[in-house]
Parts: sequence; structure tokens; C-alpha cells
Amino acid sequence: MERDIYMRADHLKVISVEKVRADFPILQREVRPGVKLVYLDSTATAQKPLAVIEAMDKYYRWSNANIHRGVHTLGEEATALYEAARQRVARFINARKTREIVFTRNTTEAINLVAYSWGRSQLRPGDLIVLTEMEHHSNLVPWQILAVEKELRLEFVPVTEDGYLDLATYQRLLDQNPRLVAFTHMSNVLGTINPVAQMVELAHQVGALVLVDGAQSVPHMRIDVQALGVDFLAFSAHKMLGPTGIGVLYAREDLLEQMPPFLGGGDMIKKVQLRSFVPNEVPYKFEAGTPAIAEAVGFAAAIDYLEDVGMEAIATHERELVAYALERLATIPGLKVYGPPAEHRGGVVSFSIDGVHPHDVAQILDREGIAVRAGHHCAMPLHEKLGVTATTRASFYLYNTLDEVERLVEAVRKVRTIFG
Amino acid sequence: MDDLYRELIIERYKTPHHRGQLDPHDISYEDENPLCGDHIRIDLRVAEDGTITEAAFSGHGCAISQAAADLLMEAIIGKHLDEVKSLGRQDMLDLLGLEALGPVRIKCALLPLKVLKAGVYGLGQSEIKIGDEEF
Repeated sequence: MERDIYMRADHLKVISVEKVRADFPILQREVRPGVKLVYLDSTATAQKPLAVIEAMDKYYRWSNANIHRGVHTLGEEATALYEAARQRVARFINARKTREIVFTRNTTEAINLVAYSWGRSQLRPGDLIVLTEMEHHSNLVPWQILAVEKELRLEFVPVTEDGYLDLATYQRLLDQNPRLVAFTHMSNVLGTINPVAQMVELAHQVGALVLVDGAQSVPHMRIDVQALGVDFLAFSAHKMLGPTGIGVLYAREDLLEQMPPFLGGGDMIKKVQLRSFVPNEVPYKFEAGTPAIAEAVGFAAAIDYLEDVGMEAIATHERELVAYALERLATIPGLKVYGPPAEHRGGVVSFSIDGVHPHDVAQILDREGIAVRAGHHCAMPLHEKLGVTATTRASFYLYNTLDEVERLVEAVRKVRTIFG
Repeated sequence: MDDLYRELIIERYKTPHHRGQLDPHDISYEDENPLCGDHIRIDLRVAEDGTITEAAFSGHGCAISQAAADLLMEAIIGKHLDEVKSLGRQDMLDLLGLEALGPVRIKCALLPLKVLKAGVYGLGQSEIKIGDEEF
């Protein structure tokens, strides 16, 4: 059932899944003798192509040094590689300037950076932040902490029955003049792709800034921060074929300029005296201490890889997989899928099966070599809204095949058999 | 086909023998596994001499945690509270007929025991040690 492989003009590029799969060593492994891995958990973290692994390996074998310090050859090389990665990221999301890219540990840290730096310095008691019910904990908890500290108000855009944001309520909340609106581009549970450009425009009309959690969208579709108009965008390398330990905060330059430093230490300073310091320039003032240098190198290689395959082609491929999965899973009695139809969702399918706990589903699937996630997916409030404590989630990426979807469906049928 | 989903566990999950709540009860305690939301409540009736005369569990969760709870209730009826205090990880595995469980699923199997012990110690303490599993 593998797709036929052929190349076309760029905008019509079709993924050569077989060729892609050959680039991912881990996809060749068997979970148990004779049972090949079917990795359907890319929403948690994506697998890494050889190009990424080798780029990091090469860095450590050849160029490893600390950055922004050593005048020696290795120091120069490492610094150049790290800054080239920043440029690579800036181009990838079409930032106006490279200095609008701050490297963090991950999406969570990027959001925390905004909360602690921008939020602490700019918000006043009584100010309103608008969030949504479909947020990952990483886009809830930092604001909850800040709200207590600064006596802020938090309001939430509800999620509708079919898994969309309730935009009528969103507008009503905007009428209360929030200072910030923070929401996910794509739900990590429902797969819903939110209308970011439209929501940003509405928010800007009332003078609110917009932070978008791009952890699930940046890896899977073409993102243009200028076209979307977002003020802040947070995402992680490890969900887009890159290594763990490095993420990005994109923020408009003027915002970064007005924001105080986040963490204090080396590299974020221009000058230090015993009782005071002068912060470094943007973006360095937000990057205290030795950063994840090898990871930045791997991150750049991951973006190269994604661009090579083509973000449009990846999105198309995933839509095809998710449409097929929705169609096939619908044939299983007692199975309920959460979220919108394929045309409005990314490559994520969360479901529940009557009378079977998601942990048991995931465990039985694992026996078939299929890796899925079971639990609340760090979105407990959303699960409460859905009326379940946990769901089973299958997610797809560029290396998944229709055959693998079929194996998922077969295995889910087996779950039904075991639990009768 | 599958060690973990042998008949005993599936059967106890689907038709537990000791599901319910006791009213009145002498001891009642509930807790959950925050990772997966599994929730277990255990009610006990205890005789003057410390012997457990009745035991029931309620709540929701995966087949492992629910079957473990049911088998645990069965095992402790007629036992003295002091005997319960000495139950550990291996006892739970033995009850389930499993040789081992991975680090994630072992928490499911041990949740009922954790709840039981917290109830028996009567302290509602969150740091109950069961074998080498720290909760």
C-alpha cells in the first residue's frame, strides 16, 4: 500500500515515504523479534533522521567548543554553527530578523520566558489574559503562576462539541480588552488547527498581543510569522526531527527589546560589577549560560531535512493518513474519535473505546509493535471537558504509511476481541 | 496471547467480585495516580481484634489497577491489619500472577496497595513506601 514515489514541481511534491523511512535508523528496528516498530507517537516526540544524528556527531567529533568566547578555531567554528542555526530557524518561519529568534530549552521554557519577562514587567493587577480550554499544561500553568503573583484575570475560550474554539465567545472576551491572548495553533489532543491569522487580527484590533504555542504546528506545516501576525511563537526542535533540549521563542524585535532578562548568568550580560550588570543585546540577553550548541546544530539539520522534503508535501501526506485513519477507525464498534474532520485537523487522532482503559489499549498495541500515547496528554482540563480521564492518541508524521494505519486498525480490533 | 491480559485479569476487570462501597465502614481511603487518572477507593470493616471482615473497592482505571484492587480485596479479607502492613510489591505481582511489570504499569498494579496501606495506617500519608517503589 506504499505510495508510488515520484517527484513533481515543488508545490506538487509528493513524499517518497520509502526513501524518507530509509533515513530514520530507528524505524528499521524491531520492538521484539519479528515485530517491527510502528511509531505513531510523533506528537510526543519525533524520530530523528541520520542527517540530524550525524550533524551532531560531527560537531562533537570536530568542532566542539564553547561559543561567543574562544578566539581559537574551534570556538569560532562552534559560534558560527550556533548562529547559523539561529539564521536557519529565522528563515524557516520567515522572521524579519535573526535576532528575533531566542533559543530556549523547549516550548515550555519559551512560554515561561514570556510569562516571566514580558508578563512580569508589563502586566498590572486586574489585567486580563485570554487562554483556551484546549491548551497544553505548558500554556496554562505559567499564566496561572503569573496570575497569582500579579493578580491577573484569566479567561478561557471554550471548546465546542466538535472540537473547535468557540470564536463567538472569543470575540466577547476580546471586548474585555485583554493584554494578551495565548493559544495553541494545533491541539495536541484533538488535532484541531485553529485559525491563527484571523484570531490574531481580532486580538490586535483590541490592542492585545498574541502568543501562539506552535509546538504541534511548526513541525507539520509551513509557518510564516509575518503572514500570521503573531507577536510570540513558541516551539520545540524535538517534535520536528531535531534533538531534545532546544526550543525557540520567536518574538517581535521591539517586544524583545522592552523585555528584561529571564535567567541571569554568563553570556546574557555585557558587563558585570559586584552589585549590578548591564544586559547583553537581543537575543543574547535571554540566553544565560552555555546553551545547547550541538542541539542547535542538529536542529538546523532537521530544518534542512524538512525543507528538503517540503512542508506542503508533509502536510498533504499527513492529511491523507489522518483521513484514512478516521475512516477506518469509524468502522470499529464502540470506538469514539475526538475532534474535527480531517480537513481541519493535523495528523493526530485521539480516541476512546467503550469499556477499555487507554492504558490497556496502548499496552496491547505495544505488543503489536505500535507506539501510541495513552493518558491526558498534558491537557487535563480539555479531557475534563471531553468527559474522559484519558484517551489513546495516534499521531502521524512524514515517515508514516497507510500500511501502518492499517496495522493500527487491526490492533485496535484485537483490543476489542481481548476485552470482548 | 498476552501475559498481561490473561483471563484472570480480564475476567476480574470485567466482573469484579469485590467492587462497591461499604457503609458504614471502619476505614475508607481514596487516591489516584495523577499520571493516568486511575482512581481507587477502598472501604474496610474491621473486627475488634484488628481482623478485616469485609473489604470493597470502587473507582475507575485500567484493567491492571482494577483487577489488582479486586484480587487484593479478596486476599485481605480475614487477615489482620498488621499483615496488610507487610504486603509489598512482590505480593501484588503474585496476586496478579505476573512475573514483572514495566516501570509505568507497575504503578497501576500498586495503586490499590498504596491506597489500602494509607487507609490502614490511618494517616492519609502520601509517602507510603511499597518495596522499592516510591510514590
